[in-house]
Amino acid sequence: MSFFIARHIVKNYSNHRALDDVSIEIPEGAIYGLLGPNGAGKTSLIRIITQITGPDSGELFFKGHPLVPADMNRIGYLPEERGLYKKMKVGEQAVYLARLKGMTKHDAIKQLKAWFEKFGIESWWDRKVEELSKGMAQKVQFITTVLHEPEMLIFDEPFSGFDPINVELLKKEILELRDKGTTIIFSTHNMASVEEICSHIALINRSHKIIEGPINQIRNKYANNTYQLICKYQPEFQLQQEIGTEFEILSEKIEDGQHEIILQRLEECPVNTLLRRLIDKADVISYQKIIPGMNDIFIKLVKEKQ
Amino acid sequence: MNKTLIIIGREFSTRVRKKSFLVVTLIVPILMALFYAFLLWIILKDDTQERKIAVVNRSAIESPFQQINNTTFDYTGTDITEESAPEFLNANNYYAVIWLNADVMENPEVPVYSFSQVPMDLKNEIALQLQEKIESIKRDSVIARTQIPDLEEKLAATHTPVHVRTLKISEETGVAKESSSEIASILGLAAGMVIYFFIFMYASQVMKGVIEEKTNRIIEVLVSSVKPFQFLLGKIIGVAAVGLVQFLIWVAFGAILIIGMQAAFLPEIDMEALRAAGDMGTLTGTSQLNAEQLQIVRNIAMTIDPAFILKFLAAFLFYFIGGYLLYASLFAAIGAAVDNETDSQQFLTPLSIVLVVGLYIGFTAMKSPESSLVFWSSLIPFTSPIVMLVRLPFGVPAWELTTSMGLLVAFFIFFTWLSGRIYRIGILMYGKKVTWKELYKWLKY
Repeated sequence: MSFFIARHIVKNYSNHRALDDVSIEIPEGAIYGLLGPNGAGKTSLIRIITQITGPDSGELFFKGHPLVPADMNRIGYLPEERGLYKKMKVGEQAVYLARLKGMTKHDAIKQLKAWFEKFGIESWWDRKVEELSKGMAQKVQFITTVLHEPEMLIFDEPFSGFDPINVELLKKEILELRDKGTTIIFSTHNMASVEEICSHIALINRSHKIIEGPINQIRNKYANNTYQLICKYQPEFQLQQEIGTEFEILSEKIEDGQHEIILQRLEECPVNTLLRRLIDKADVISYQKIIPGMNDIFIKLVKEKQ
Repeated sequence: MNKTLIIIGREFSTRVRKKSFLVVTLIVPILMALFYAFLLWIILKDDTQERKIAVVNRSAIESPFQQINNTTFDYTGTDITEESAPEFLNANNYYAVIWLNADVMENPEVPVYSFSQVPMDLKNEIALQLQEKIESIKRDSVIARTQIPDLEEKLAATHTPVHVRTLKISEETGVAKESSSEIASILGLAAGMVIYFFIFMYASQVMKGVIEEKTNRIIEVLVSSVKPFQFLLGKIIGVAAVGLVQFLIWVAFGAILIIGMQAAFLPEIDMEALRAAGDMGTLTGTSQLNAEQLQIVRNIAMTIDPAFILKFLAAFLFYFIGGYLLYASLFAAIGAAVDNETDSQQFLTPLSIVLVVGLYIGFTAMKSPESSLVFWSSLIPFTSPIVMLVRLPFGVPAWELTTSMGLLVAFFIFFTWLSGRIYRIGILMYGKKVTWKELYKWLKY
C-alpha cells in the first residue's frame, strides 16, 4: 500500500517551472531516496509534501486521504538548511518545537529526557544553543525532528555537518525508525548512503521525474550485460578465442598473477557454457554480472537528459 | 488556534525574561519620576536663602521696598559709592546694595551690586515694587492736581479683567458645554507620541524576530509545523502583549508616583466642587486662588471628567493596538524580504517617513485642529493613530471617529493579508537582493 502519493504536481516560480507534472508513490515503511542534481526541484517537492508551500496543480494523498494541514503533526521534517534559536535553552526550545507538532508539554518533556539519555546529552538541557558546537546542535535538531513520533519522516541531506562517528549513530537511528514502521523520505547527493539504506528511489532532474522504483530493480535494469571474470591461466592461453563470439573483452588487467577481465556479453549465452569452455585451460576464481552503482546510474541518466 | 497560543507564549516569555526588557521597564519610569520631581522642585521650591540688601536712597521715595520672602531691606546712609561697594558688602555682610538716585522718578534705572548673581525672581520683585511705588506717587500727584472728587475710586472702577470662556456645542445633543482643550490636547499629543514610539519600538522588534528566524534557518522547521500566516499572527500578538504589559507597568508606576508627588507638593483641590462650579459657569468664591490659577485648575478638572477620560482611554487603546498591528505586519513583511537588517533600510525608509509625518501633523493639530490636512490624516490609517488622539480633545464628530476606526481595521486586515503573502515567500528566499518589483511579484504567487 502506498503511504504517500503525489500526482501530477506542477509548481511554477516567477521565471521557471520548478516541478513539471511530477508524480511519486512512497510505499509504507520504505526508505525512499529522493535524488537529483542541485536545483532539480527536490526541495520544491519536499516543501509541497511538508505543506510549507502548495502546488499550483496536482493532488497529494497521505495514507489514502487528501493531505490536510492536520497531517503536519504526523510528519517530521529535517531541512537541509537548519537552525535553532541561538539564545534559547536547548530543553525549552525542544519542548516548544514538540508542542508545535501537537505534543503536550508533559509528553514532550518525558520523551525528550529519554532521547537525551539515549544520546548521552542530558547535561545540555539548560545550555543555550549558541554554546553548542555545530555537530551538537545537529543532534538536538535530529531529536526535535523525530520526537513526536511522526509516521513519515523527511530528511534532507541529514548527514551533512556530522563527523563519521555521528553519521553511523544517525544511520542506526534512521534504520531503527524504519524498523518501527516509519516511512522515510531521504534526500541526498551521497550515493553510497543511498545504496546502503534506501529501499526505493526517485530521480528528479530539471523539474521532471526521470525514474522511480525499488532500488534493486532499477540497478538491474541498468545493468548493461557486462560481466567480471577473475581467473588464472598460462601466458600462451588465448582468452578471446576460447570464450567465443558471444563475448567481447572490454578490459583486462593482471594483479598477483590473477587476470581481472571485464566482458561485454553480445549474445545470449548461459553461464555454464562459458565456464565449460574455460574450465580445462584456466583456473576460474569468480564470474559475476556487474550491477551498476547508483552513482553511475545517476550520472548516466542526468547526462542523457542534457 | 492552540498552536497560535503556544507561539504567543514563546514570543512573550522569551522577550519578557530578557534583561533588556527588565532594565527598560524599570528605568524609564524611574527617569520619568525623577524628571517630574525635578520639574516640580524647580517650580515650587521656596527661596529659603536669607538676604539682607542695603538701599542707598538718594531719592524722595519713602521706604520703596518691603520684605520679599526672606529678603530684607536696610536703608543705610548715602555715603556708599560704587567704588566702596565691595568693601561695604564684605564688612557688613550684605547680599547686595541698591542705589536709588535722586532722579529715579524721571530716570528709573537702578543699579544692584552684589558678589552673587541676583536671582531672576528677586530682580523682578525689586523692579515690580519700585515700579508700583513710582506709579502710585505719580498717580497721586495727578489726582491731586486735577481735583476731581473720588477720582481714585473711579479710576479703580475702570479696571476690568476680561475672562474668555470657551463653550463647545455638541453636534449630537446641541448642548453647549464649557470646553477645556489646551491641557487635554497636550494629553492627546502625549498619547500620540507614546503610540508613535511603541509602533517603532515593537514593530521593529517583530521585524528583528523575523530576520533572526530567517537567518538562523529555524523558520523552515517552524512552517512545517504551522502555517506561515498563523505563525506570523502569533508573533505579532505575542510582541504586542509584551508592549502592553510594559506600558501598563509604566502607567501603574507613573500613576503611583504622580499621585504621590501631587499629594506632597500641591494643595488639596476639590475636583468635584470645581467641576460643578465649571458646569454652572460660576467662578466665584471657590478658593483663595486667583482667577488665572483657578482657570488652569478648572481646565485640569474638566480634563479629568470621567466620561471624557473613559472615551479617551478607549480610543487610545484602540489606536495603540490598531496602529501597532498595521505597522507590525508591514515590518514583518520587510523582515521576511531581506537577508539582514542592513538591507531592510530601503523598505523601512518610506514607512518611517510616514510615521514621522504623522507625528509632525500631530503637532500642528494642536494649533489648528480643524485644518483639512489634520482632518484627512486623522482618517488615513497610517497617520490616524497619532493625529486622531490629538484631535480628540477638541471634539470629533462621531462619524469621523467611527470612519477613522473602521478604516484602520480595514487597512489592518488588508495589509496583514498582503504582508502574509510576502512573508510566506520571503522567509524561504535566500541570497537574493529583493526589489519592490520582486515584492509585487510575490503578491501574485
